[in-house]
Amino acid sequence: MATIELKQVEKKFGENYAVRPVDLTINDGEFVALLGPSGCGKTTTLRMISGLEAVTGGRIYLDGKDVTWLKASERDIAFVFQFFALYPQMTVRQNIAFPLESQGEKQDVISKRVDEVVDMLRIRPMLKLKPHMLSGGDKQRVALARSLVRRPACFLMDEPLGALDAEFREAMRAEIKRLHIAQHATTVYVTHDQVEAMAMGDRIVVMSNAIVQQIGTPAEVYHDPANLFVANFIGSPGMQLVKGPYADGAVQLPGGSLYPVPAAWRPSLDDSIGPGELVIGFRAETAEVAEDGPIAGKVFNTDLHGSYVVLHVDLAGDQLVQVRARRDHEYGIGMPIRFGLNETMVRFFDPKTELALSPAESRGVGGEVGA
Amino acid sequence: MSQVTLEGVTKHFRIVTALHEVSFDIKDGEFFVMLGPTGAGKTTTLRVIAGLEKQDSGSVTFDGATMDKLPPADRDVAFVFQQYSLYPNMTVYDNLAFPLRSPIRRTKEAEIKLRVGEIAEVLRITHLLPRKTAKLSGGEMQRVSIGRAIVRSPRIYLMDEPLSNLDAKLREALRVELAHLQKTQGSTTLFVTHDQIEALTMAERIAVLNMGQIVQIGSPTDIYDRPASTFVAQLVGSPKINLLDANCEDGTLCLARGENRARLADICGDGGTLPPKFILGVRPEDVRLQSDGVFGGEVILIEPLGVETLVHIKAGEQTLVCTVPGISSTRRGDTVRFNVTRDRLHFFDPARGTRL
Repeated sequence: MATIELKQVEKKFGENYAVRPVDLTINDGEFVALLGPSGCGKTTTLRMISGLEAVTGGRIYLDGKDVTWLKASERDIAFVFQFFALYPQMTVRQNIAFPLESQGEKQDVISKRVDEVVDMLRIRPMLKLKPHMLSGGDKQRVALARSLVRRPACFLMDEPLGALDAEFREAMRAEIKRLHIAQHATTVYVTHDQVEAMAMGDRIVVMSNAIVQQIGTPAEVYHDPANLFVANFIGSPGMQLVKGPYADGAVQLPGGSLYPVPAAWRPSLDDSIGPGELVIGFRAETAEVAEDGPIAGKVFNTDLHGSYVVLHVDLAGDQLVQVRARRDHEYGIGMPIRFGLNETMVRFFDPKTELALSPAESRGVGGEVGA
Repeated sequence: MSQVTLEGVTKHFRIVTALHEVSFDIKDGEFFVMLGPTGAGKTTTLRVIAGLEKQDSGSVTFDGATMDKLPPADRDVAFVFQQYSLYPNMTVYDNLAFPLRSPIRRTKEAEIKLRVGEIAEVLRITHLLPRKTAKLSGGEMQRVSIGRAIVRSPRIYLMDEPLSNLDAKLREALRVELAHLQKTQGSTTLFVTHDQIEALTMAERIAVLNMGQIVQIGSPTDIYDRPASTFVAQLVGSPKINLLDANCEDGTLCLARGENRARLADICGDGGTLPPKFILGVRPEDVRLQSDGVFGGEVILIEPLGVETLVHIKAGEQTLVCTVPGISSTRRGDTVRFNVTRDRLHFFDPARGTRL
C-alpha cells in the first residue's frame, strides 16, 4: 500500500502549461478522482504519477520515496486504460497471468493469484475464451484482473469506463468501487464524468484549464463549490446561478424579484460586495415551490425524471433556472410560479473573481435535503 | 402538420429482420419518441417513414393518404440527423434559407428574410446569422441544423438522435429548448433516442422498440410506472430498477434464499394472483430505509451523487439499490431495515419477463 505525494508538480509544453503546479497528498488506501473536461490536464497529471510522462518541475513521492525520475516500470504502479489493450491471440487466462509470467513467478503462485482475481471479478466462465469473444464490460473486467493480479501498491485508472455503454457503466462503477474496498489499494481515477467522480471518489480533484480548482469530498464540491466553474460542473444539473445587483440585504433578480439574503450572510456580503453585482447559487432540489416564495417566474418547460419533475423556470428573457418539484402536481407551460430557497443551502459568488464567498459564521453542511 | 400511421411495417436486410410488424400512429402535433437500444430498428423506422428505405410489407400513411409509392422529396418531411450536415462554405443565414430557396418552393427573398429571422430568434442564433458554419461550436451547429429543418413547415419532423453528439450540459440545454419549441409550436415530431432521460422528459408518448419489435407504447408515466416487461423496466430509470427473485407461500412474500419475508397483505394487497415464483421489481426511490422496516440487510456500498445518495444493500443473496435524498449519513457495513412502497411494486413472470 502506498501514499502518493505531489509537490509543485507541473508540466509545460513549450511556453504552455498542460498542468500548473499542483500540491496533492493521496493517503494510503484512498480513492481520489481527477475530474475535469477534456484538455484540463487530468490525464497528464496521471501520466506524470505513473512515469509515462516526465515532469517539467516539482517532485513526486511514492510512500515517501522520491520517484520523480524513476521509469514507469520501476514504480510499483498498475495502469488501467480506457481501451482494454488485451492480447488478442491469448486466452483470458493467459492475458491475466501474463504480468506474473513475465516477472518469472512460479506456476503455483500464478494459479493461486489468478484464481483469486477471477473469483473477485466473476469471470471464471470466460477463462478459455479469446478477448474478441467478450463484451465491452467483460473485456474491461479482464483488463482490471490483469492489473490486479500483480497486487500493485497503487492503481492509476484513465477513464476505464469511458468506452462502455451507459448500462454497463453504472454496474462496473459499483464493481470497481467494491473492488477498491476489498483491496484497499491507493487509487487515482481520471474521469470527465462528474457522476462517476462523485459516486466513487473519497475525494475529488476538480481541474480546468491546467489548474486545480478544488480538492474536496463529494459533499464539499457539491454543496460548497470553491468557484463558479466547480458550481456549474458538479451535479446534473449544475448549481443554478443567477446574477443580480445586491444592495441593502437583497438581490434584485432578472424579472424584478427581490431576494432577501439570509441574515447570516448579510455582514459578509455588505463587506465583500457592498452594493454591487452578486451571483446567487442554489441546487435545484433546495428550491421549493411556494405561493409566498420571493422569486417569481414562468414555467418554460417541465421534465419528468421518473420519481420527480424538474421545472425549468423562466425568470425573464433568457434566464432559465431549474427547480425540482414533486410529481403530483401539473405545471403547464407559461404558468406563473413562485419559489423560495432553503436558507442554509444557498451560496453566493463574486462575479468579478468568480470565487465563492463565505458567511461570517461557518456554513451549513449538506444535510439530508431534497425532494 | 400531419397525423402519421404505420401499419404492420416489416423490413428485412437480407436474412436480418430489422423491423417486424411495427404499427403505431402519431397524432397531429404530438411529440412521439422511439426509445430503444442500439440496433433496435429505430433509425430504420425513421428512414421508412421518410421514404429513404422501402419496407417489404406494411404501409405508411400521412393524414390517411398512403405514402408508399411517393419518393422522399414528395413526402414533405424534415430530417434532423445526429451528425450536423450543414454547408460549411455558406453563412448560417444561407444555410437556414436554403430549403426555402429550393426550386419547388420559390419563396420570395423578403419572406425568407422574415422566416429566417423568426427561427433564428426562437433558437437564439440571431447573432450567428452572418457567420460561416465551419466556425461554429457543436451546439451552435446543431441549433442551425434544427433551424434548417423547422424553417419550412413540413408535415412531420423526423429527428434521429440529434443531441447525442453534444456534451452533457449542452445536451440538457438544447433538450429543454427543443421540447419547449415543439410544445409551443405544436409540430408533429418523431424523435429517436437511446437515452431514457431524453425520452421521459420530452415525449408525450413513447414507443419502446427492441429487436425490431414494439414492446410497449404509452405516456412517459405509463412506461415508468407500469413497464410491460423487465426489458422496459430496466430501460427507463436511473439508477436502474431492482429486479429481485421472490416467491410467495401462504400469503408471505420471500426474497429468495434469504430470511427476508413479509406478509403480502402488508406490502401490496392480497397478492392472490401471484404465482409461487416471480420477479419483484422495485425502483430505488421506492426502497425506504426505516428502522422498523420489514426487510433487512447490510450496506455494502455508498455512492454519494450530491442530489441523492445510492445505498447498495445486500439482503440475503441479493443486492438492491436504494436512493436517499441528499448526502446520506448511512455508512458501509451498517445493518439497515427497509420497506418498499406499497402500490409501486412490479411483478414479472420469471421465465418470460412479462408483467403479471
